[in-house]
Amino acid sequence: MANIGIVNYGAGNIFSLTAALKRLGLEFGMINNIPDFNLYSHIIIPGVGHAGVAMDKLVASGLADEIPKITKPVLGICVGMQLLTAFSEEGNKNLLNIAPLDTLNFKGRIQHKVPHMGWNRISPLDNNPLFKDIKKDAYFYFVHSYFIEYNPKFTAAFAVYGIRFSAALHRDNFFGVQFHPEKSGTTGEQLLMNFANLSVNQ
Amino acid sequence: MEPSLTDQFLDRGVAKRIIPCLDVKNGRTVKGVNFVDLRDAGDPVELAWQYSRNGADELVFLDITATHERRKTMVELVKAVAREINIPFTIGGGINELADADILLNSGADKISINSAAVRNPGLINDLANAFGVQFVVVAVDTRLIDGRNYVHLNGGRLKTDLETEHWIREAESRGAGEILLTSMDHDGTKNGFDLQLLKKINDELHIPLIASGGAGSVEHFIDVFKEAGVDAALAASVFHYGEILIPELKKELNNHGIDVRL
Repeated sequence: MANIGIVNYGAGNIFSLTAALKRLGLEFGMINNIPDFNLYSHIIIPGVGHAGVAMDKLVASGLADEIPKITKPVLGICVGMQLLTAFSEEGNKNLLNIAPLDTLNFKGRIQHKVPHMGWNRISPLDNNPLFKDIKKDAYFYFVHSYFIEYNPKFTAAFAVYGIRFSAALHRDNFFGVQFHPEKSGTTGEQLLMNFANLSVNQ
Repeated sequence: MEPSLTDQFLDRGVAKRIIPCLDVKNGRTVKGVNFVDLRDAGDPVELAWQYSRNGADELVFLDITATHERRKTMVELVKAVAREINIPFTIGGGINELADADILLNSGADKISINSAAVRNPGLINDLANAFGVQFVVVAVDTRLIDGRNYVHLNGGRLKTDLETEHWIREAESRGAGEILLTSMDHDGTKNGFDLQLLKKINDELHIPLIASGGAGSVEHFIDVFKEAGVDAALAASVFHYGEILIPELKKELNNHGIDVRL
């Protein structure tokens, strides 16, 4: 049975995320220091707001250096996913570089309204375990102004909003989703369950 | 770089949203509700849960509690909703300062809606956007047509201001509103359809999403407001609460008319 550790580094409110985990009957707790990582089978990195500021907070928490060493399943959500990339134009900040991709500003690259806010369809690639039992053009709820570039090597699902971008990432035991599964109806709940069901030695 | 043909085909922007609005007073829904399978029609959380299961894309709660206990009842409402509901929601009513918004955000609200407070103190829009991001700030505008011009009204449409609606919406956008919720008081409650002309005009000028409100009475009205005015979302209360329009059927019809909705 999964026991999910939420990296607690002060980047945004996690009330909705913990509420979703409770509804799903999943156990969870907060990771405040490095030994706490040992208490959990799965790790979630949440995050809303400014990626550069979030990275500063993660570094200040003392947890940033530990994250690339994790061998358990990790899920970054929204800005928490962007932290897994190499660099963000938001604050021109070097990030964790678990996936060697850039996080870029929608503004100046697309004609659509920014932020990209609302329900958009995603296209999962291959048979990614994160999208098990989720239909191919399912809708998820997005709120973001910066996006992770598309790269078939690391993109687990893409979406198109003026430009094709990574709606989800996967590298080894690290996963990330740009959308908010905790706000994406029953489809989002399915994704959280899929994450919790990933085997620990994956 | 131009998107590929496949991506151009896949890119329909975000889906058009259907948003039921719940008026809440002292923690209870106030407008009559006629849902057959509700155990407690006055419980906003149960009603919200029903809507979330029936295809609503988002919910708006308007807290009209008038006592000094208001902030406490709003926080309790937001927490109760966030615990049970798996779609985004907005809370509005009596948000006058950053501290109000901060506590609602930390209680699980996705967005807050401000109306009169923004008119009285437009700088509040900037402050909220800077503190929490534009995606958190919905500016609600009630408008009424007087001698051929639309003016912003306060207090549920009873108090006229000298602000012209188009001008005020432009200002709200430039100050950092992430979304505009525009209610035509002339159309509200009539069930004769949305104010297509005004909505189209505003929508064509805006660079942020526009939610249409006021006048929904039939499925055709929703088709019109998306097709003719081009708005991003449509909000209604009584037609949904009384079961006159069922959201799954509404969305199916919208889809049949080539409007991208989440099914």
